[in-house]
Amino acid sequence: MAKVFIYPTTSLILSDMVTRLGHIPLGSALSVRDRVQQGGVEGIDSPPLNMTPDDAKRGLKWAAVEVPAGIRGRMSLIGPLLAEAEAAIIMNDPLAFGCMGCARTNELTTFLLKDAGIPVLELNYPETEEEGFAFVMAIKEFLAGLAQKGDEEKPEVQHE
Amino acid sequence: MREDKLKEGIRDGPEYAGSITKYVFIESNHTTPNDLALHAYELAAPVMIKETCFGLQVTGDPDDVEAVITRIREVDPSHIFVKDRGFPPGDARRCRANMGGARPGYFGHEAEVAVLRYVSYGLQRMYHGDSISKSELEIIHPKERVELSDEHLLEIFNRDV
Repeated sequence: MAKVFIYPTTSLILSDMVTRLGHIPLGSALSVRDRVQQGGVEGIDSPPLNMTPDDAKRGLKWAAVEVPAGIRGRMSLIGPLLAEAEAAIIMNDPLAFGCMGCARTNELTTFLLKDAGIPVLELNYPETEEEGFAFVMAIKEFLAGLAQKGDEEKPEVQHE
Repeated sequence: MREDKLKEGIRDGPEYAGSITKYVFIESNHTTPNDLALHAYELAAPVMIKETCFGLQVTGDPDDVEAVITRIREVDPSHIFVKDRGFPPGDARRCRANMGGARPGYFGHEAEVAVLRYVSYGLQRMYHGDSISKSELEIIHPKERVELSDEHLLEIFNRDV
């Protein structure tokens, strides 16, 4: 069972496909859940709705100090997931857009994924039924390959 | 003081600590969110189930939620889609009951739900055991960018001038 980073990090389809095929999807909901459940007094100003000075500091692990605080704050949510990821599925589509902070964070995320040396599958969103079938089978083959690789890397048990 | 805070939806600690929440989306001609809710209630698991226009939200201990999700998926395997949610339902920071007006968000879901029917078709064929050739698989991969040769660039430049 591999931990698979999904991009867009809120993707319903990818999250479902990865879970359905027996792996663990890493999406931003997991980071948000941690913040929500660790939070103290609930209020509109408490995280994760707003960034705290600590978030910008945590983000320094993935983005330089001159990078805008909005990107560093977002990376404090996404960065820990990147560190855990054993593989990634990236949707090549303009769905993951947003303001300058979101857009640049998305660019940094895809760059870090491709640079991490982990298996990455890039796909388009399906627009026809045939593409839908190809989409499902591409993810299935990719995740089956991960499981196979995981089995090969397991140390062999020595029998006396 | 505490009562004032509660009136504003502010509590002293996080709600449902240690629980998980999952969204269940249904995109089917044969199954409604109400059908799913009934199947979920049949299990009598110690979870909170909220029926919505698109499906359900299930909140509870991880093992209980997984058991409910597994049962729900059996109803219509290729048309039910599940994902994690960070906030529990009714959280004062996200629920529109406290904020007034329409709830912001769900744009990503709205965009992805539009293509769910194609994914459902793919899942049906996968469960049916259909296979796919390499050339058919290529249609879903993004095309690689091919660099133009110097001669070709010069040709385009001269043509446009």
